Amino acid sequence: MRFAETGINLEIDLSRGSIEKEGTDPGLTELHLGGLGTNARMLWDRVPPETKPFDPENLLIFSAGILAGTPAPGANRTIVSTFSPQTLLMAYSIMGGFWAPELKFAGYDKVVIRGRSPELVYLWIHNDKVEIRDASHLKGKGSLETAELIRQELKEPKAQVATIGLAGENRVYFASIEQGRSSASRGGIGAVMGDKGLKAIAVRGTKDINIAQPAEFFELCTEVLKYIQHRGENPIKGVPPILAGLGSPQEMSLHDEQWHTASFAWGNARERRKNFWNEEVEAKWKETQDKTVERLISCYNCPMKCGGIITHPKLERYMMKCYSKLTYTMAAMSDLDFGFRIAGLAQEYGVDGYTTPQVMAFAVELYEASILTDQDMPGFPADNEERFFYLLEKIVRREGIGDVLADGVYWAARKIGKGAEAYDHNTIKKHEQIPIKLGTLNPIYYLMWSTGEKINITQIEGQIPQAPFPTKEEREEFVKDWIQVPKEEIKDFVLNWGEPGTAFPNFPTPEATCELVEWQETMHYIDDATGICAGLSSFPIKPPYHIHNLPRLISSATGMDIDEAKLWQIARRNRTLIRAINVRRGMRRADEKPPEDHWKRRFPEIEAKLLDEYYKFKGWNNEGIPTKETLEELGLDYVSQDFEQRGVYKEKKAKAAKSTKSQKPATKRDSKK
Amino acid sequence: MKKVKVIKIDVDKCNGCRSCEAVCSAFHAAPKYSSTNPERSRIRVLFDPLKDIYVPVLAGEYTEAECNGRDIYTIDGKQYDECSFCRASCPSRDLFKDPDSDLPLKCDMCEEEPPLEEPLCVQWCLSDALTYEEREEEGEEEEKPEEMEIGLESLVKKHGLKTVKDSLARLAKG
Repeated sequence: MRFAETGINLEIDLSRGSIEKEGTDPGLTELHLGGLGTNARMLWDRVPPETKPFDPENLLIFSAGILAGTPAPGANRTIVSTFSPQTLLMAYSIMGGFWAPELKFAGYDKVVIRGRSPELVYLWIHNDKVEIRDASHLKGKGSLETAELIRQELKEPKAQVATIGLAGENRVYFASIEQGRSSASRGGIGAVMGDKGLKAIAVRGTKDINIAQPAEFFELCTEVLKYIQHRGENPIKGVPPILAGLGSPQEMSLHDEQWHTASFAWGNARERRKNFWNEEVEAKWKETQDKTVERLISCYNCPMKCGGIITHPKLERYMMKCYSKLTYTMAAMSDLDFGFRIAGLAQEYGVDGYTTPQVMAFAVELYEASILTDQDMPGFPADNEERFFYLLEKIVRREGIGDVLADGVYWAARKIGKGAEAYDHNTIKKHEQIPIKLGTLNPIYYLMWSTGEKINITQIEGQIPQAPFPTKEEREEFVKDWIQVPKEEIKDFVLNWGEPGTAFPNFPTPEATCELVEWQETMHYIDDATGICAGLSSFPIKPPYHIHNLPRLISSATGMDIDEAKLWQIARRNRTLIRAINVRRGMRRADEKPPEDHWKRRFPEIEAKLLDEYYKFKGWNNEGIPTKETLEELGLDYVSQDFEQRGVYKEKKAKAAKSTKSQKPATKRDSKK
Repeated sequence: MKKVKVIKIDVDKCNGCRSCEAVCSAFHAAPKYSSTNPERSRIRVLFDPLKDIYVPVLAGEYTEAECNGRDIYTIDGKQYDECSFCRASCPSRDLFKDPDSDLPLKCDMCEEEPPLEEPLCVQWCLSDALTYEEREEEGEEEEKPEEMEIGLESLVKKHGLKTVKDSLARLAKG
């Protein structure tokens, strides 16, 4: 018997219409755990670098994390992995909700999709019965609408449905996969699903998930729950409310948006509005939110309430999760009511709540700069909110200018030309980022923005406070119960930060910075394998899951014998393998940098040193390529052999640099600032 | 006097996480906590997010026949089917039946020795949609039938005593 995992993957070939059930190798679980780790292994083994994202040979993998569906609180994540049409690198996006547990209850760990169906189809998984079904009547339907229609036609109200909207069908490069209250949005994975002619995957399961050492595992789960309760009653002192608790930022319940509205940039990542938040705005936004958010909701087996049921007189009910509340609002320089209105529609079309507002704000700027004209955008409204609605409709249909914008800021800027490239100032590796433009280079964040394989800061950061505590007493108070640190020295960072001589960019030292980044990143890689939500683990400060309790949780659930060192090593192996996949697709040092204007004050020498130091720390060479020794130490000999065959290590630096697209410098507007 | 155990349900506080289902099924697994499967849970959250309906329901009695005619209740502007609140394991739905044997499931308030402070679903409901109460009522403590007895009884009702006896005899020989 297999424990925690089911040991069976579904292999679906949509070109041939074939469905196979494959037993998985327990040895791979030992090496990679599951979720993202085993997905990466599959992509390395089965998708050569010559395969393009929209080739039928590209795989689209839906994986439950190894603990998903067990009583471990918040273990409910589905990890979707493929190759991104936008970045051309490996894409992985992760969703909560109810889909992954249901897949496990149906008896499977992963659904592996290959090929391309000539007609639009959906997949119906009901325990042992698996069918590819016609979806022509669902063409163009919205995400919630599709899920509802499928449940009705199957007469299975308890089926969980992951689906694309119109944007995915039209292969918009930032199309999402939606699942009611959750979505896997980043990297254009919805476009790959659309390219495969797969509208949705519905799943219903009524089988058991087994636990190897039940009493111990359940006791550990209960401890986690108690700690969640403890943290609910004891928010972190001295940090903004939005950072004080657990979960994704509690956007649906909190009203105080001082931190986001002042720290993040508005419009096309342009304007910091440090004085935007005042009593008047707060009262107005509170009123909007109180009448719009009808109920706070959760994902499977999680007490955090990161989502909300949204009721708006102009919309059908929908479910929102955390930060999409503000992304549209701030990109359009508008207010909260607009945010709720457009997010509902955007979700129904199935687009990423981070990238989409950025693309639209970029288009508005191009129009204002007369780079895009009324000829490109006939009937473009004067009102900013209307403009966003206009652009959304064009993009999801790939109509007119929407066809260009649907490829995202990076590609659209290059297609439009006429200087549009200069307005692409918030992408990393061709992927739109959260609009953050700050003052002085932060060494920790510099490394995370530059080197994160997810190309998304929230999927690498976490655990550490964002600002120093003003007094020594507060610092000492903070570290007193900081049980989550992997080693005591980490506490020195918080204890010292705020003392004289601890200003960025010379603090922390490159060595200390590497340790901090490594810790934050490692915890994410563990979550992405276990399927535990980052909101209870790698993302917030002082989370209930950490490196000291996860090994016992994983061991007692799976029956494997994993200690801290071994778990750290698994995370390192998975992380290195994903790096290798991207290296094999041409990613090099030249690609690893935040936008020029991410900080006003940059320090090229310090940055180069940080990157050098970090690569060394990781066991990568100066181009960010894992060395032969590192790969062998991690049991990834097959990767180093492949690198040697392909001559990856012998590349001249110039050639490497040439193979990647360099980013344009900041716009004139920025250099004036 | 007899002790009555009650789980109070506040539908407004339910966040639809289904932790109650997860831990109920784990608690009642044999050996305890060895598996999880909401389908075996004796509490289910009946929900329809797009109508903002979230109703945790505890498994009650087995019933042979389904209701003739069901009413629709409107509460706070939301329409609920009568089944939304019904605790019965009944022929008209797949709720509260063991997925393998089809035998009815019934909430036992997590009774065990030593007793739990509160049933597990209540302990895991940090939203307080489920709360626990014990109160004294007039009357005698009644002997609770064993789980196996409940199952057998329902089989007898369904197939008749003779058929069940015959099947058991055959199985015993097997």
